[in-house]
Amino acid sequence: MTSSLSVDAPRTGTPRPKGKGEGSMATALLSPTFIVLALVIAYPLLSAVYQSMFSSQSGLDADGFVVEGETFVGIANYLDIFTGSDSPRFYNALWNTSFFTFVSVSLETVIGVAFAVMMNRAFKGRAFLRAAILVPWAIPTAVSGLLWRWIFQSNGIANELLNQEILWTAEGMSAQIAVITAEVWKTAPFIGLLVLAGMQIIPEEVYEAAKLDGASGWRQFWSITLPLVRPALLVAVLFRLLDSLRMFDLPFVLIGPRKSSVETLSILAWDESNQLNYGAASAFSIILVIYVAIIAFVFIKLLGANVAGDSEEKSVRRMRTARRKAAR
Amino acid sequence: MKQRRHDRRTVAGIAMMATAAIALSACSGSTTPPAESGGSGTELEGRGPIQYVSSPDASGAAQQSIDEWNEANPDEQVEWVELPLDADQQRQQMVQNAQVKGETYSVLNLDVVWTSEFAANRWITELPEDAFPLDEHIPATVEAASYRDVLYGAPYYTDGALLYSRSDLLTAAGVAEAPQTWDEMQAACDAVLALPEAEGMSCYAGQFDKNEGLTVNFSEAVGSAGGSLFDDEGKPTVDTPEALTALNFLVDGFESGMIPKNAITFQEEQGRQAFQDGNLVFLRNWPYVYASFSATDGTSGVEGKFGVSAIPGESGPGVSTIGGRNLAISAFAENKATALDFITFFTSEEQEEKRLELSSRAPVFSSFFTDEAATEKLPYLPTLLESLENAQPRPRVVAYGETTAAIQDEIYAALTGEKSPEDALADLQDALTEITSD
Repeated sequence: MTSSLSVDAPRTGTPRPKGKGEGSMATALLSPTFIVLALVIAYPLLSAVYQSMFSSQSGLDADGFVVEGETFVGIANYLDIFTGSDSPRFYNALWNTSFFTFVSVSLETVIGVAFAVMMNRAFKGRAFLRAAILVPWAIPTAVSGLLWRWIFQSNGIANELLNQEILWTAEGMSAQIAVITAEVWKTAPFIGLLVLAGMQIIPEEVYEAAKLDGASGWRQFWSITLPLVRPALLVAVLFRLLDSLRMFDLPFVLIGPRKSSVETLSILAWDESNQLNYGAASAFSIILVIYVAIIAFVFIKLLGANVAGDSEEKSVRRMRTARRKAAR
Repeated sequence: MKQRRHDRRTVAGIAMMATAAIALSACSGSTTPPAESGGSGTELEGRGPIQYVSSPDASGAAQQSIDEWNEANPDEQVEWVELPLDADQQRQQMVQNAQVKGETYSVLNLDVVWTSEFAANRWITELPEDAFPLDEHIPATVEAASYRDVLYGAPYYTDGALLYSRSDLLTAAGVAEAPQTWDEMQAACDAVLALPEAEGMSCYAGQFDKNEGLTVNFSEAVGSAGGSLFDDEGKPTVDTPEALTALNFLVDGFESGMIPKNAITFQEEQGRQAFQDGNLVFLRNWPYVYASFSATDGTSGVEGKFGVSAIPGESGPGVSTIGGRNLAISAFAENKATALDFITFFTSEEQEEKRLELSSRAPVFSSFFTDEAATEKLPYLPTLLESLENAQPRPRVVAYGETTAAIQDEIYAALTGEKSPEDALADLQDALTEITSD
């Protein structure tokens, strides 16, 4: 199980040259998948884009009944979001989303790698530790939101331990810290697990060679472990980035809706749909999708995370470089 | 594990699926409403199995009523569709069902504040008034089930504000009666907090977290100061001196320490905990906390040491808001005749009495509130009746979701000191005017 987690697992066999009939055969075999994908991904996406160009106007008639009409407004919903009277709320949510993502993913990466290093050691009770570390990740986010809400209550254990009277669940920096703490607690194990899988395929002889050459433990980590585990780590971080940009349940449950210091883009979209403003809600969701796509693209381009699977030579080359570096 | 990797790769698409569901239901919701106006005089026809759509009832009381109905009506079975506990989610599911004109939901268990929205959108059907003994109900509950003087729901259970007080400390401090005004409450607190045994306690708390509870507490304060959030024509009136007095009561309360600082994070449960732990002299809360306070199993620190009274006001007893639930018939349901019969049966005095055995939800018939057997079980009933006789519904506006959100935004900003009370109310007036103008 663990080895399939690694995108870098060396593959066996060489690609065969394609025959003529193979292309159409492949198309036929793959088409069910494409149809399903079109139904569950392409259609909803396009439908949301379409919906985001409508605005529902409702008024009351003489008897007090709602007269509803959907009018086509083109990109007015988007213009409203970027420049309208409510735009500060959008920019605030955009900032919060980016801030939470950047801070929590950075912390998670450091802590997750530390977890992985610990779990990779052979010691008694290792299996137990691995299972234990995964528990926070296995708890549904809404439930962990509730747990942390109790911890951060004004008379909760967090204030008890710090011997302070901090109102964590009110507005402000303390609320943001509360959300980030809960998020890191919950998802650092995820990064830990993926990195651990990456570490386990590093051949033992690399370390043996390094030891013979007198490399210190720290040096081994920087020059062998980290470069070799990089592909797995990047994929883990990418997953977390995408996930965290959609953050909804944790701030919603832990702090509450409509609190500007923790309002994210997903919460804004929820809020609009809750008020039956489906046009604006769709517009927010589309903006979020585009934002997520841009971040993912930049991340892949800048850091070269290889999501689609690495080619064998590349990983071998990387391993050689690492070995050379360590030997130096 | 491989599966997960694939999932994450298509993360953008998955993120959109929720949106898709929304978009789909919205599309079908955009068709023009039926031509008939008012919906009055429509016959409730059709008999057969129906669905009762409701929040869960942990007490088992509602299930007992349904079982009794099902036994007597084998051809018109009622199936209970249980919705999540969270009221927002219940509303959202019912709205979505209405927008696709779903036939599966027959009888809806609606929070009183949703009545206007559901009625104005024609999602629920008008009910014949002669089917229910309305004059035996507490008037405020009938009012809360009506929209523009037309009955849309049958009152199921009701809820009102109570002031819980530490009667032991009040007696020790020589305060004979529970306070009726804010000044009396302050004076009582001054006397109590001077006692050595009251060290570390705070005077008063309600629900001030940014949540529906804040709307309730603010609208009660405004009502108790002699004002209202909306006038009879539905125009907002929060830029009045009464509303300012009300907001100042809360803002000054936080400033002077009468309301403890951490009360800004209080919803119902946190306040209950604080009072139960002996940290508060007075607490505004719903009747449901009575059971926790009088628990004799050692979990309550105030058992036998507390009393209930109507909430205080500016110059006399305060004005409670009304909570509770109504049963209504979905406009798109089949078997509406059965639905009406079921509602009549379910909300009858006989069934309410049977449910009292199991549940602590306050009935809507006034007779219970003075009934000996009932008051023995729920001793707060007479006080609650007093509170409900004065009660005002929360704003009865169609766009209730937006209204309560606007109130919470502005009042929370005033309570946390982000805005002055004057600015907050002026901004709130503007916001509410815009919401109700269309």
